[in-house]
Amino acid sequence: MRGYLRNDGSKGIRNSLVVVYLVECAHHVARSIVNKMDHPDVQLIGFPGCYPNNYALAMMKNICTHPNVGGVLLVSLGCEGFNREYLSDAIAESGRPVNTLVIQQNGGTKNTIAKGITQSQIMLEQLAQCPIEYMHLDELVIGTICGGSDGTSGISANPAVGKCFDRLISADATCIFEETGELVGCEQIMAHRAESPELAKQLINCVVKAENYYAKMGYGSFAPGNAEGGLTTQEEKSMGAYAKSGASQINGIIKPGEKPNKKGLFLMDVVPDGEPMFGFPNISDNQEIVEMIASGAHITLFTTGRGSVVGSAISPVIKICANPETYANLSDDMDINAGAVIEGSKTVKQVGDEIFELIVRVGNGEQTKSEQMGHQEFLLTYKTFDSIGPACLK
Amino acid sequence: MAENKFVQLHPHDNVIVCCQSAQKGEQINIANQVITLDSSVTIGHKIACQDIAAGEQILKYGASIGSATEAIKTGQHVHLHNMKSDYIASHTRHSVTGE
Repeated sequence: MRGYLRNDGSKGIRNSLVVVYLVECAHHVARSIVNKMDHPDVQLIGFPGCYPNNYALAMMKNICTHPNVGGVLLVSLGCEGFNREYLSDAIAESGRPVNTLVIQQNGGTKNTIAKGITQSQIMLEQLAQCPIEYMHLDELVIGTICGGSDGTSGISANPAVGKCFDRLISADATCIFEETGELVGCEQIMAHRAESPELAKQLINCVVKAENYYAKMGYGSFAPGNAEGGLTTQEEKSMGAYAKSGASQINGIIKPGEKPNKKGLFLMDVVPDGEPMFGFPNISDNQEIVEMIASGAHITLFTTGRGSVVGSAISPVIKICANPETYANLSDDMDINAGAVIEGSKTVKQVGDEIFELIVRVGNGEQTKSEQMGHQEFLLTYKTFDSIGPACLK
Repeated sequence: MAENKFVQLHPHDNVIVCCQSAQKGEQINIANQVITLDSSVTIGHKIACQDIAAGEQILKYGASIGSATEAIKTGQHVHLHNMKSDYIASHTRHSVTGE
Protein backbone atom coordinates (compact mmCIF):
# COMPACT_ATOMS: atom_id res chain seq x y z
CA MET A 1 0.00 0.00 0.00
CA ARG A 2 0.97 3.64 -0.43
CA GLY A 3 2.14 5.05 2.91
CA TYR A 4 2.74 8.74 3.63
CA LEU A 5 5.75 8.67 5.96
CA ARG A 6 5.48 11.16 8.84
CA ASN A 7 8.38 12.63 10.79
CA ASP A 8 7.32 10.61 13.85
CA GLY A 9 7.81 7.39 11.85
CA SER A 10 4.11 6.55 11.39
CA LYS A 11 2.60 5.88 7.96
CA GLY A 12 -0.75 7.15 6.75
CA ILE A 13 -2.88 6.18 3.75
CA ARG A 14 -4.18 9.74 3.29
CA ASN A 15 -2.41 13.11 3.38
CA SER A 16 -4.87 15.55 4.93
CA LEU A 17 -4.66 19.10 6.20
CA VAL A 18 -7.16 19.51 9.04
CA VAL A 19 -8.65 22.87 9.97
CA VAL A 20 -9.75 22.64 13.60
CA TYR A 21 -12.20 24.90 15.40
CA LEU A 22 -11.56 24.79 19.15
CA VAL A 23 -15.00 26.08 20.18
CA GLU A 24 -18.31 26.48 18.32
CA CYS A 25 -17.65 30.25 18.21
CA ALA A 26 -14.76 29.56 15.78
CA HIS A 27 -16.73 27.06 13.66
CA HIS A 28 -17.89 29.45 10.96
CA VAL A 29 -14.41 30.88 10.39
CA ALA A 30 -12.87 27.40 10.17
CA ARG A 31 -15.64 26.16 7.86
CA SER A 32 -15.24 29.20 5.61
CA ILE A 33 -11.52 28.50 5.24
CA VAL A 34 -12.24 24.88 4.29
CA ASN A 35 -15.06 25.82 1.90
CA LYS A 36 -12.95 28.43 0.13
CA MET A 37 -9.99 26.04 -0.17
CA ASP A 38 -12.38 23.54 -1.84
CA HIS A 39 -9.76 20.76 -1.81
CA PRO A 40 -10.55 17.14 -0.84
CA ASP A 41 -7.48 16.95 1.42
CA VAL A 42 -8.48 20.04 3.43
CA GLN A 43 -10.94 18.86 6.05
CA LEU A 44 -12.93 20.45 8.85
CA ILE A 45 -12.93 19.02 12.38
CA GLY A 46 -13.55 20.60 15.77
CA PHE A 47 -14.87 20.62 19.30
CA PRO A 48 -17.91 22.77 20.17
CA GLY A 49 -17.59 23.24 23.94
CA CYS A 50 -16.10 26.19 25.81
CA TYR A 51 -15.36 24.21 28.99
CA PRO A 52 -12.12 22.21 29.07
CA ASN A 53 -12.25 18.39 29.05
CA ASN A 54 -9.27 16.05 29.36
CA TYR A 55 -10.89 13.43 27.14
CA ALA A 56 -11.52 15.93 24.34
CA LEU A 57 -7.97 17.31 24.60
CA ALA A 58 -6.40 13.82 24.51
CA MET A 59 -8.66 12.82 21.60
CA MET A 60 -7.86 15.97 19.63
CA LYS A 61 -4.13 15.51 20.18
CA ASN A 62 -4.32 11.94 18.84
CA ILE A 63 -6.50 12.96 15.92
CA CYS A 64 -4.25 15.88 14.90
CA THR A 65 -1.19 13.59 15.03
CA HIS A 66 -2.96 10.68 13.27
CA PRO A 67 -0.84 9.09 10.50
CA ASN A 68 -3.40 10.22 7.86
CA VAL A 69 -2.94 13.87 8.92
CA GLY A 70 -0.05 15.86 7.43
CA GLY A 71 -0.67 19.33 8.80
CA VAL A 72 -2.98 21.26 11.14
CA LEU A 73 -4.49 24.74 11.25
CA LEU A 74 -6.03 25.53 14.67
CA VAL A 75 -8.76 28.17 14.75
CA SER A 76 -9.53 29.62 18.18
CA LEU A 77 -11.90 32.40 19.16
CA GLY A 78 -9.45 33.29 21.92
CA CYS A 79 -11.31 33.10 25.23
CA GLU A 80 -12.44 29.42 25.21
CA GLY A 81 -11.12 26.80 27.63
CA PHE A 82 -9.47 24.49 25.10
CA ASN A 83 -5.72 24.30 25.78
CA ARG A 84 -4.57 25.38 22.32
CA GLU A 85 -0.95 25.87 23.43
CA TYR A 86 -0.67 22.26 24.65
CA LEU A 87 -2.32 20.97 21.46
CA SER A 88 -0.12 23.06 19.17
CA ASP A 89 3.06 21.97 21.01
CA ALA A 90 2.08 18.29 20.76
CA ILE A 91 1.44 18.59 17.01
CA ALA A 92 4.73 20.43 16.45
CA GLU A 93 6.56 17.77 18.48
CA SER A 94 5.21 15.12 16.10
CA GLY A 95 6.99 16.94 13.27
CA ARG A 96 3.83 18.18 11.56
CA PRO A 97 3.39 21.78 10.38
CA VAL A 98 0.91 23.58 12.65
CA ASN A 99 -0.42 27.14 12.80
CA THR A 100 -2.82 28.73 15.25
CA LEU A 101 -5.15 31.57 14.30
CA VAL A 102 -6.85 33.36 17.19
CA ILE A 103 -9.82 35.28 15.79
CA GLN A 104 -9.73 37.92 18.55
CA GLN A 105 -6.07 38.65 17.76
CA ASN A 106 -6.44 38.66 13.97
CA GLY A 107 -9.03 41.32 13.34
CA GLY A 108 -12.16 39.17 13.34
CA THR A 109 -13.97 36.93 10.87
CA LYS A 110 -12.96 38.33 7.48
CA ASN A 111 -9.27 38.82 8.24
CA THR A 112 -8.90 35.44 9.96
CA ILE A 113 -10.50 33.62 7.02
CA ALA A 114 -8.11 35.39 4.62
CA LYS A 115 -5.08 34.49 6.74
CA GLY A 116 -6.33 30.93 7.11
CA ILE A 117 -6.55 30.51 3.34
CA THR A 118 -3.01 31.82 2.85
CA GLN A 119 -1.64 29.54 5.57
CA SER A 120 -3.59 26.52 4.25
CA GLN A 121 -2.14 27.03 0.76
CA ILE A 122 1.39 27.09 2.18
CA MET A 123 0.76 23.96 4.26
CA LEU A 124 -0.75 22.10 1.28
CA GLU A 125 2.52 22.74 -0.58
CA GLN A 126 4.44 21.33 2.41
CA LEU A 127 2.15 18.27 2.46
CA ALA A 128 2.88 17.61 -1.20
CA GLN A 129 6.54 17.07 -0.22
CA CYS A 130 5.66 14.20 2.17
CA PRO A 131 7.79 11.14 1.33
CA ILE A 132 5.90 8.02 0.21
CA GLU A 133 6.97 4.57 1.36
CA TYR A 134 5.59 1.09 0.86
CA MET A 135 3.20 0.19 3.66
CA HIS A 136 2.69 -3.42 4.79
CA LEU A 137 -0.49 -5.00 6.10
CA ASP A 138 1.07 -5.38 9.55
CA GLU A 139 1.28 -1.58 9.80
CA LEU A 140 -2.48 -1.16 9.38
CA VAL A 141 -4.94 -0.41 12.16
CA ILE A 142 -8.54 -1.22 11.17
CA GLY A 143 -11.62 -0.38 13.26
CA THR A 144 -15.19 -1.56 12.89
CA ILE A 145 -18.55 -0.19 13.95
CA CYS A 146 -22.15 -0.85 12.98
CA GLY A 147 -24.95 1.63 12.46
CA GLY A 148 -28.58 1.28 11.47
CA SER A 149 -28.46 -2.45 12.19
CA ASP A 150 -31.36 -4.69 11.30
CA GLY A 151 -32.21 -8.38 11.36
CA THR A 152 -29.84 -9.06 8.46
CA SER A 153 -26.74 -7.37 9.97
CA GLY A 154 -25.84 -10.26 12.25
CA ILE A 155 -26.19 -12.81 9.45
CA SER A 156 -24.34 -11.18 6.56
CA ALA A 157 -22.29 -7.97 6.96
CA ASN A 158 -21.15 -8.43 10.57
CA PRO A 159 -19.84 -12.01 10.26
CA ALA A 160 -18.23 -11.01 6.93
CA VAL A 161 -16.30 -8.26 8.76
CA GLY A 162 -15.43 -10.94 11.33
CA LYS A 163 -13.93 -13.12 8.58
CA CYS A 164 -12.02 -10.10 7.25
CA PHE A 165 -10.75 -9.35 10.78
CA ASP A 166 -9.53 -12.94 11.16
CA ARG A 167 -7.62 -12.61 7.89
CA LEU A 168 -6.15 -9.20 8.87
CA ILE A 169 -5.05 -10.52 12.26
CA SER A 170 -3.37 -13.53 10.71
CA ALA A 171 -1.48 -11.00 8.53
CA ASP A 172 -0.39 -9.21 11.77
CA ALA A 173 -2.57 -6.13 11.34
CA THR A 174 -4.24 -4.54 14.38
CA CYS A 175 -8.05 -4.65 14.63
CA ILE A 176 -10.41 -2.83 16.98
CA PHE A 177 -14.09 -3.54 17.65
CA GLU A 178 -16.23 -1.57 20.05
CA GLU A 179 -19.48 -0.42 21.61
CA THR A 180 -19.65 -2.39 24.83
CA GLY A 181 -23.33 -1.38 25.08
CA GLU A 182 -23.86 -3.53 21.99
CA LEU A 183 -22.19 -6.52 23.61
CA VAL A 184 -24.72 -6.69 26.45
CA GLY A 185 -25.88 -10.30 26.54
CA CYS A 186 -22.81 -11.88 24.92
CA GLU A 187 -20.19 -10.97 27.53
CA GLN A 188 -19.81 -14.59 28.69
CA ILE A 189 -19.37 -15.91 25.14
CA MET A 190 -16.83 -13.17 24.41
CA ALA A 191 -14.85 -13.77 27.61
CA HIS A 192 -13.94 -17.28 26.39
CA ARG A 193 -11.82 -15.68 23.66
CA ALA A 194 -9.67 -13.61 26.02
CA GLU A 195 -5.93 -14.27 25.90
CA SER A 196 -5.80 -14.49 29.74
CA PRO A 197 -8.24 -15.16 32.61
CA GLU A 198 -7.57 -11.62 33.89
CA LEU A 199 -8.59 -10.13 30.54
CA ALA A 200 -11.71 -12.35 30.52
CA LYS A 201 -12.77 -10.76 33.81
CA GLN A 202 -12.11 -7.26 32.48
CA LEU A 203 -14.14 -7.97 29.32
CA ILE A 204 -17.14 -9.00 31.43
CA ASN A 205 -16.68 -6.00 33.75
CA CYS A 206 -16.70 -3.47 30.96
CA VAL A 207 -19.91 -4.91 29.49
CA VAL A 208 -21.51 -4.83 32.96
CA LYS A 209 -20.40 -1.18 33.25
CA ALA A 210 -22.07 -0.47 29.90
CA GLU A 211 -25.29 -2.17 30.96
CA ASN A 212 -25.47 -0.12 34.17
CA TYR A 213 -24.63 3.10 32.35
CA TYR A 214 -27.28 2.63 29.66
CA ALA A 215 -29.85 1.60 32.29
CA LYS A 216 -29.25 4.96 34.00
CA MET A 217 -29.60 6.77 30.68
CA GLY A 218 -33.01 5.10 30.27
CA TYR A 219 -32.27 3.73 26.79
CA GLY A 220 -30.14 0.91 25.49
CA SER A 221 -27.97 1.26 22.41
CA PHE A 222 -30.99 0.50 20.30
CA ALA A 223 -32.70 2.77 17.77
CA PRO A 224 -36.27 2.67 16.43
CA GLY A 225 -34.93 1.60 13.02
CA ASN A 226 -33.40 -1.50 14.61
CA ALA A 227 -36.90 -2.65 15.60
CA GLU A 228 -38.41 -1.78 12.22
CA GLY A 229 -35.70 -3.95 10.69
CA GLY A 230 -36.67 -6.97 12.77
CA LEU A 231 -34.42 -6.64 15.81
CA THR A 232 -36.41 -6.88 19.04
CA THR A 233 -33.98 -6.66 21.96
CA GLN A 234 -30.61 -5.29 22.98
CA GLU A 235 -29.16 -8.78 23.40
CA GLU A 236 -30.36 -9.79 19.93
CA LYS A 237 -28.66 -6.73 18.43
CA SER A 238 -25.58 -7.53 20.52
CA MET A 239 -25.26 -11.10 19.21
CA GLY A 240 -25.22 -9.68 15.69
CA ALA A 241 -22.82 -6.83 16.52
CA TYR A 242 -20.45 -9.21 18.30
CA ALA A 243 -19.99 -11.17 15.06
CA LYS A 244 -17.89 -8.28 13.70
CA SER A 245 -15.07 -9.30 16.04
CA GLY A 246 -14.52 -12.60 14.18
CA ALA A 247 -13.12 -15.66 15.90
CA SER A 248 -9.55 -14.61 16.78
CA GLN A 249 -8.22 -14.40 20.30
CA ILE A 250 -8.96 -11.08 22.04
CA ASN A 251 -5.68 -9.51 23.11
CA GLY A 252 -6.71 -6.47 25.14
CA ILE A 253 -9.06 -3.60 26.00
CA ILE A 254 -8.37 0.01 25.07
CA LYS A 255 -10.20 3.22 25.88
CA PRO A 256 -10.97 5.82 23.18
CA GLY A 257 -7.75 7.50 22.10
CA GLU A 258 -5.52 4.80 23.59
CA LYS A 259 -3.39 2.96 21.05
CA PRO A 260 -3.10 -0.82 21.13
CA ASN A 261 0.26 -1.67 22.73
CA LYS A 262 0.78 -4.71 20.48
CA LYS A 263 -0.71 -6.31 17.37
CA GLY A 264 -3.90 -8.34 17.51
CA LEU A 265 -7.59 -7.83 18.33
CA PHE A 266 -8.74 -5.18 20.81
CA LEU A 267 -12.07 -4.20 22.32
CA MET A 268 -12.61 -0.46 22.74
CA ASP A 269 -14.39 0.33 26.00
CA VAL A 270 -16.40 3.38 24.89
CA VAL A 271 -18.51 3.81 28.03
CA PRO A 272 -17.31 6.56 30.40
CA ASP A 273 -16.02 5.63 33.86
CA GLY A 274 -17.75 6.63 37.07
CA GLU A 275 -21.23 8.06 37.48
CA PRO A 276 -22.89 9.28 34.25
CA MET A 277 -21.83 12.88 33.80
CA PHE A 278 -22.19 14.18 30.24
CA GLY A 279 -24.93 11.95 28.87
CA PHE A 280 -24.97 9.06 26.42
CA PRO A 281 -21.62 7.33 25.80
CA ASN A 282 -21.67 8.10 22.07
CA ILE A 283 -24.51 10.24 20.81
CA SER A 284 -24.37 8.84 17.24
CA ASP A 285 -22.28 6.67 14.92
CA ASN A 286 -19.76 9.33 13.89
CA GLN A 287 -18.59 9.79 17.46
CA GLU A 288 -17.67 6.09 17.47
CA ILE A 289 -15.79 6.51 14.18
CA VAL A 290 -13.88 9.48 15.63
CA GLU A 291 -12.86 7.38 18.64
CA MET A 292 -11.60 4.64 16.30
CA ILE A 293 -9.53 7.25 14.45
CA ALA A 294 -8.16 8.67 17.72
CA SER A 295 -6.93 5.15 18.55
CA GLY A 296 -5.11 5.04 15.22
CA ALA A 297 -7.56 3.45 12.77
CA HIS A 298 -6.47 4.03 9.15
CA ILE A 299 -9.84 2.76 7.88
CA THR A 300 -13.19 2.07 9.59
CA LEU A 301 -15.39 -0.81 8.42
CA PHE A 302 -19.01 0.29 8.89
CA THR A 303 -21.75 -2.32 8.60
CA THR A 304 -25.33 -1.24 8.10
CA GLY A 305 -28.69 -2.90 7.50
CA ARG A 306 -31.13 0.02 7.38
CA GLY A 307 -28.61 2.04 5.37
CA SER A 308 -26.24 4.65 6.78
CA VAL A 309 -24.69 7.10 4.32
CA VAL A 310 -21.97 8.64 6.51
CA GLY A 311 -18.23 8.81 6.01
CA SER A 312 -15.65 10.60 8.11
CA ALA A 313 -12.91 13.19 8.12
CA ILE A 314 -9.33 11.83 8.25
CA SER A 315 -9.83 8.08 7.78
CA PRO A 316 -11.87 6.47 4.98
CA VAL A 317 -15.05 4.58 5.91
CA ILE A 318 -15.90 1.38 4.01
CA LYS A 319 -19.63 0.75 4.15
CA ILE A 320 -20.81 -2.84 4.07
CA CYS A 321 -24.51 -3.25 3.47
CA ALA A 322 -26.14 -6.26 5.14
CA ASN A 323 -29.60 -6.05 3.60
CA PRO A 324 -30.11 -6.73 -0.14
CA GLU A 325 -33.20 -4.48 -0.30
CA THR A 326 -31.27 -1.60 1.29
CA TYR A 327 -28.37 -2.20 -1.08
CA ALA A 328 -30.69 -1.97 -4.08
CA ASN A 329 -32.07 1.29 -2.70
CA LEU A 330 -28.79 2.94 -1.60
CA SER A 331 -26.13 1.30 -3.77
CA ASP A 332 -24.46 4.68 -4.53
CA ASP A 333 -23.52 4.90 -0.86
CA MET A 334 -22.43 1.30 -0.28
CA ASP A 335 -18.95 -0.12 -0.94
CA ILE A 336 -19.79 -3.79 -0.41
CA ASN A 337 -23.03 -5.73 -0.90
CA ALA A 338 -23.15 -8.29 1.91
CA GLY A 339 -26.85 -8.69 1.09
CA ALA A 340 -25.64 -11.29 -1.42
CA VAL A 341 -25.29 -13.62 1.59
CA ILE A 342 -28.99 -13.15 2.44
CA GLU A 343 -29.93 -13.84 -1.18
CA GLY A 344 -27.76 -16.95 -1.14
CA SER A 345 -25.49 -15.89 -4.03
CA LYS A 346 -22.31 -15.44 -1.93
CA THR A 347 -20.88 -16.91 1.25
CA VAL A 348 -19.86 -14.91 4.32
CA LYS A 349 -16.24 -15.88 3.60
CA GLN A 350 -16.45 -14.55 0.02
CA VAL A 351 -17.77 -11.20 1.24
CA GLY A 352 -15.06 -11.13 3.95
CA ASP A 353 -12.45 -11.57 1.20
CA GLU A 354 -14.07 -8.77 -0.84
CA ILE A 355 -13.75 -6.43 2.16
CA PHE A 356 -10.12 -7.45 2.65
CA GLU A 357 -9.29 -6.73 -0.99
CA LEU A 358 -11.05 -3.37 -0.86
CA ILE A 359 -9.03 -2.40 2.25
CA VAL A 360 -5.83 -2.95 0.26
CA ARG A 361 -7.15 -0.89 -2.67
CA VAL A 362 -8.27 1.94 -0.36
CA GLY A 363 -4.80 1.74 1.23
CA ASN A 364 -3.46 2.33 -2.27
CA GLY A 365 -5.53 5.47 -2.67
CA GLU A 366 -8.84 4.23 -4.10
CA GLN A 367 -11.64 6.41 -2.78
CA THR A 368 -14.51 4.85 -0.84
CA LYS A 369 -18.10 5.75 -1.77
CA SER A 370 -18.39 8.20 1.13
CA GLU A 371 -15.10 9.88 0.12
CA GLN A 372 -16.35 10.21 -3.46
CA MET A 373 -19.50 11.91 -2.17
CA GLY A 374 -17.61 14.31 0.08
CA HIS A 375 -18.76 12.85 3.40
CA GLN A 376 -16.36 14.18 6.05
CA GLU A 377 -18.44 13.97 9.23
CA PHE A 378 -16.72 14.58 12.56
CA LEU A 379 -18.16 14.57 16.07
CA LEU A 380 -16.38 15.04 19.39
CA THR A 381 -18.16 15.82 22.67
CA TYR A 382 -17.55 15.65 26.42
CA LYS A 383 -16.69 12.40 28.23
CA THR A 384 -14.86 11.25 31.35
CA PHE A 385 -12.44 8.34 31.60
CA ASP A 386 -10.28 7.31 34.56
CA SER A 387 -7.17 6.77 32.49
CA ILE A 388 -7.53 9.62 30.01
CA GLY A 389 -6.36 12.35 32.34
CA PRO A 390 -3.37 14.69 32.35
CA ALA A 391 -1.02 11.77 33.13
CA CYS A 392 -1.62 10.07 29.80
CA LEU A 393 -1.46 13.33 27.87
CA LYS A 394 2.30 13.45 28.32
CA MET B 1 -36.19 -19.48 -4.18
CA ALA B 2 -39.00 -20.20 -1.70
CA GLU B 3 -36.87 -22.65 0.26
CA ASN B 4 -34.40 -19.80 0.92
CA LYS B 5 -36.91 -17.32 2.26
CA PHE B 6 -36.05 -18.13 5.88
CA VAL B 7 -32.97 -19.33 7.70
CA GLN B 8 -32.54 -21.12 11.00
CA LEU B 9 -29.22 -19.83 12.33
CA HIS B 10 -28.63 -22.57 14.91
CA PRO B 11 -30.27 -26.01 15.35
CA HIS B 12 -31.41 -25.12 18.89
CA ASP B 13 -33.18 -21.93 17.80
CA ASN B 14 -36.94 -21.59 18.30
CA VAL B 15 -37.14 -18.75 15.76
CA ILE B 16 -36.22 -18.51 12.08
CA VAL B 17 -35.18 -15.32 10.27
CA CYS B 18 -36.80 -13.93 7.12
CA CYS B 19 -34.40 -13.43 4.17
CA GLN B 20 -37.05 -12.46 1.62
CA SER B 21 -40.47 -10.89 2.28
CA ALA B 22 -43.20 -13.50 2.75
CA GLN B 23 -47.01 -13.38 2.93
CA LYS B 24 -49.47 -14.58 5.54
CA GLY B 25 -50.54 -18.14 4.76
CA GLU B 26 -47.36 -19.03 2.90
CA GLN B 27 -45.93 -22.43 3.74
CA ILE B 28 -42.25 -22.78 4.52
CA ASN B 29 -40.28 -25.97 4.48
CA ILE B 30 -37.61 -25.57 7.15
CA ALA B 31 -36.03 -27.47 10.06
CA ASN B 32 -37.69 -30.75 8.97
CA GLN B 33 -41.21 -29.34 9.14
CA VAL B 34 -43.70 -27.24 7.22
CA ILE B 35 -44.58 -23.93 8.89
CA THR B 36 -47.60 -21.85 7.85
CA LEU B 37 -47.03 -18.11 8.30
CA ASP B 38 -49.54 -16.48 10.64
CA SER B 39 -48.68 -12.99 9.36
CA SER B 40 -46.74 -11.33 6.55
CA VAL B 41 -43.14 -10.53 7.42
CA THR B 42 -40.32 -8.53 5.86
CA ILE B 43 -36.62 -9.22 5.69
CA GLY B 44 -34.80 -9.48 9.02
CA HIS B 45 -37.89 -10.34 11.09
CA LYS B 46 -38.42 -13.52 13.15
CA ILE B 47 -41.03 -16.30 13.01
CA ALA B 48 -41.50 -18.96 15.71
CA CYS B 49 -40.52 -22.40 14.41
CA GLN B 50 -41.95 -24.14 17.47
CA ASP B 51 -44.56 -23.36 20.12
CA ILE B 52 -43.05 -21.12 22.82
CA ALA B 53 -44.55 -20.75 26.32
CA ALA B 54 -44.89 -17.40 28.08
CA GLY B 55 -41.65 -16.67 29.94
CA GLU B 56 -39.62 -19.08 27.81
CA GLN B 57 -36.33 -17.86 26.32
CA ILE B 58 -36.25 -16.92 22.64
CA LEU B 59 -33.20 -18.59 21.06
CA LYS B 60 -31.40 -17.17 18.00
CA TYR B 61 -27.76 -17.85 17.02
CA GLY B 62 -28.12 -20.61 19.67
CA ALA B 63 -28.23 -17.91 22.37
CA SER B 64 -31.01 -16.26 24.36
CA ILE B 65 -32.13 -12.95 22.90
CA GLY B 66 -34.88 -12.32 25.49
CA SER B 67 -38.07 -14.01 26.70
CA ALA B 68 -41.65 -14.46 25.54
CA THR B 69 -44.22 -12.19 27.23
CA GLU B 70 -47.07 -14.45 26.09
CA ALA B 71 -47.54 -17.89 24.53
CA ILE B 72 -46.33 -17.85 20.91
CA LYS B 73 -47.50 -20.45 18.38
CA THR B 74 -45.44 -21.90 15.54
CA GLY B 75 -45.68 -19.60 12.50
CA GLN B 76 -46.34 -16.42 14.51
CA HIS B 77 -44.27 -13.25 14.15
CA VAL B 78 -41.92 -12.83 17.16
CA HIS B 79 -41.25 -9.19 17.96
CA LEU B 80 -41.88 -6.33 20.40
CA HIS B 81 -45.53 -7.37 20.93
CA ASN B 82 -44.76 -10.81 22.35
CA MET B 83 -41.18 -10.82 23.64
CA LYS B 84 -38.89 -8.56 25.71
CA SER B 85 -35.27 -8.04 26.59
CA ASP B 86 -33.93 -9.65 29.77
CA TYR B 87 -31.49 -6.74 30.03
CA ILE B 88 -32.88 -3.34 29.02
CA ALA B 89 -36.15 -2.26 27.39
CA SER B 90 -36.23 -1.49 23.67
CA HIS B 91 -37.79 1.70 22.31
CA THR B 92 -39.53 2.85 19.16
CA ARG B 93 -40.03 6.45 17.98
CA HIS B 94 -43.26 6.51 19.94
CA SER B 95 -42.52 4.71 23.17
CA VAL B 96 -40.43 2.39 25.26
CA THR B 97 -41.77 -1.13 24.81
CA GLY B 98 -41.31 -4.62 26.07
CA GLU B 99 -41.44 -3.92 29.82
